[in-house]
Amino acid sequence: MMVPLSWYILLGVVLFVIGAAGVLLRRNILVVLMSLELLLNSVNINFIAFGRYYGDFRRQIFAIFVIAITAAEVAVALGILVALVRNKSTLKVDEVTMMKG
Amino acid sequence: MDQGFFLLFATVSVVTALTVVLARNPVHSALALMACFLNISAIFVLLEAPLLAVIQIFVYVGAIMVLFLFVIMMIDVHEAVLQRFLPGGNLPAMVLLVVLGIEMLVLVLWSDRFAVTEPVAMGGGDQIKQLSTTLFADYLLPFEAASVILLAALVGAIVLARKEQG
Repeated sequence: MMVPLSWYILLGVVLFVIGAAGVLLRRNILVVLMSLELLLNSVNINFIAFGRYYGDFRRQIFAIFVIAITAAEVAVALGILVALVRNKSTLKVDEVTMMKG
Repeated sequence: MDQGFFLLFATVSVVTALTVVLARNPVHSALALMACFLNISAIFVLLEAPLLAVIQIFVYVGAIMVLFLFVIMMIDVHEAVLQRFLPGGNLPAMVLLVVLGIEMLVLVLWSDRFAVTEPVAMGGGDQIKQLSTTLFADYLLPFEAASVILLAALVGAIVLARKEQG
């Protein structure tokens, strides 16, 4: 029994909504970053599922690029986080208002 | 058989994803996220993308999650542990999420484009070979751009995380 394509898409939808909930509702910067990872992973599931069901492996290449960019993003974000905690000693998103005029 | 495995991996990944968002301690979130990534890589195996599954485990579980745990160790999370997750604390965001979820579910369930059950047979031959040929021939420029971006991120992360002199 093959799995229908819509199941994979629904899994992607559920993971995307959970990740968006983490980004929008949590106030801890670390958890917000982890939820961003979740969002990008749900997009990757969609890419690979469509590529599999329509017989086009170039979508896997897109998924590889998404993973590479994610790695770069996390490295920079955690560097900023370390610098932020050293200077301001807070982990809450709401308290980071240094750029406000 | 396939459906059973898919349901197993999908259920576990959704539950662990919920744990990521709901857990109060960031360390628990990080560990749940690791479990979630492992399950997603199993789903990649079901989708016959073994290379992506291995990359997922190497990059996410091996590198990114270790980076997260390392940063959690470096900074003091005690203050952050105490803050609670308040559902309903942010009404517009909740409404937005519900609307987003319902919209996507309705669109996916209504459309008949996603009703494909039989995947198109991959054009025979060595799939990894085809993939790497395409990646290093047709997509060479994006590949080089990605490598430059990674280098820039590496340098940027070092510069940002370094202690200020004086």
